[in-house]
Amino acid sequence: MDYKKILRYLFFLFIVKPYIYLVLGVNVSGANNLPKIKKSASIIVANHNSHVDTLLLMSLFATSDILKIHPVAAADYFCNTKLKTFFFKTFLGLIPLKRKIGKTPKEELFKEINEALKNKETIIIYPEGTRGNDDTIKAFKTGVSHIAQMNPEVPVIPVYINGPDRILPKGAFFWVPFIADVYVSEPVYYDGSPTKIFTKLIEDKVQTLKEEHKKREEL
Amino acid sequence: MITDNLKNALILLYVAIFLLFGITKFIQKVFKKDIENMCIRLKSFLGITLFFTVAFLFNKITAFCFIGLISYLCLKEFFSIIPVRRTDRNIYLWAYLSIPVSLYIVYIKWINLFYIFIPLYMFIWISTRMVLSGNTKGFLKNLAVMQYGLMSTVYALCYLGLIYVIPNENNPKAGALGLLYYILVLTVANDFIQMFTGKILGKHKIIPSISPNKTWEGFIGGVIGTTILSVLMGNYVTDLSIGQLTFLGIILAAFGFFGDVTVSAIKRDFGIKDTSTLIPGHGGILDRLDSLLFTAPLFFHFYAYTHTLIFTRGI
Repeated sequence: MDYKKILRYLFFLFIVKPYIYLVLGVNVSGANNLPKIKKSASIIVANHNSHVDTLLLMSLFATSDILKIHPVAAADYFCNTKLKTFFFKTFLGLIPLKRKIGKTPKEELFKEINEALKNKETIIIYPEGTRGNDDTIKAFKTGVSHIAQMNPEVPVIPVYINGPDRILPKGAFFWVPFIADVYVSEPVYYDGSPTKIFTKLIEDKVQTLKEEHKKREEL
Repeated sequence: MITDNLKNALILLYVAIFLLFGITKFIQKVFKKDIENMCIRLKSFLGITLFFTVAFLFNKITAFCFIGLISYLCLKEFFSIIPVRRTDRNIYLWAYLSIPVSLYIVYIKWINLFYIFIPLYMFIWISTRMVLSGNTKGFLKNLAVMQYGLMSTVYALCYLGLIYVIPNENNPKAGALGLLYYILVLTVANDFIQMFTGKILGKHKIIPSISPNKTWEGFIGGVIGTTILSVLMGNYVTDLSIGQLTFLGIILAAFGFFGDVTVSAIKRDFGIKDTSTLIPGHGGILDRLDSLLFTAPLFFHFYAYTHTLIFTRGI
């Protein structure tokens, strides 16, 4: 194991996990729908309102699983300097993805993601494409469906996260502690339908989870 | 100051917990009743007791850090159950900051400042800060929620620190730790006795709209049981007279109940069952400490009223 992986492991064990569980706090519902990281690959799809989302999702798994989880993030934001690239790749195992695609063929665009999935690793992807404001969910982009299409045997797990938009919203500097809620839906598999329809299906799943949360709040 | 009385009382507490474990296991085996939840609760309870014992017996700094930690967790749970206005985010940081400040004031025994720090200074500062954010929609509601959160989870829990710094000479039997032992065990025991008698004898609901499990039988059983325990235990670890202990038993049992029901009412208002899932079988830490929020300040002020407490400022 190279030193980067050791650093990432220690980072999660001593900093991220205590921070997420003690300083912030998480309530998970549908925890048994979470994938078994060691056994197979999976694609975790979530709404995105805050940088906390990624740390939160990765902390839901055992620390020994962390090395097999890779968040997919915008190359133009996270990997625009060498220092940032080094930092995020080392500590989060980040896979950069180009947002301005032009005419790049999709095999090349998703090369790293496909490789990771072939190696039975898990990816986290936010199909909204960027962090949203408040707790609204923006329309999903179809990239996630293309990935699922290329890897039809890999389960897609829709997740709804509530709370990080209060902890650290877009553009905020201070972290304010609150307990976050995570809702995990049952996995779905690519069913051969057009990518736009499959994307809509995933988006609806996340919306359903959000409604479940709203219902719980209004009880 | 750890006296022999306190040591024996602590041993007795652990024996009592393990006895309860044994009884639960016995009932499970013999009557085949499904009380799995009871076992998880007891295990969590044992864990909590261990945390409290270690933190309070080790030294003053660990004790205060521990109080700060539970106060922080309670406040966070409280803030997480309410809808937050985006413009108030930074004000919540001020509220969190009041925990270390408040505890430090108690630590250096500047008691008069502690009395007014949250009820007066934070009251003024939070209002001022919230006015500056300029958002009037839901202003009073959010202001009130924040003040109530501070009063109940920071001010009330800091009284544990205040009991900790009571000069040992006042209670020759077991010192300040004995008083802390008395209030903590009595509050928890009151919850337990009320739940237990309520489950066995409970028929007439007391406040069905807030807490359907609370019955008159449980409440009265709690008052009687807690008063007896208060006299027996208080006689051993505190210097209070039997009459005072009887009075305290009744008052603490009643207001332990009301503390519990108040948090239930707040949860019902915001439509949640537990404040979080921190402690297995119990829900959040606020669910567990709810009765202490009322009993700790009440006990301290009763003790301060019946004794001449002389606090000398300094570490």
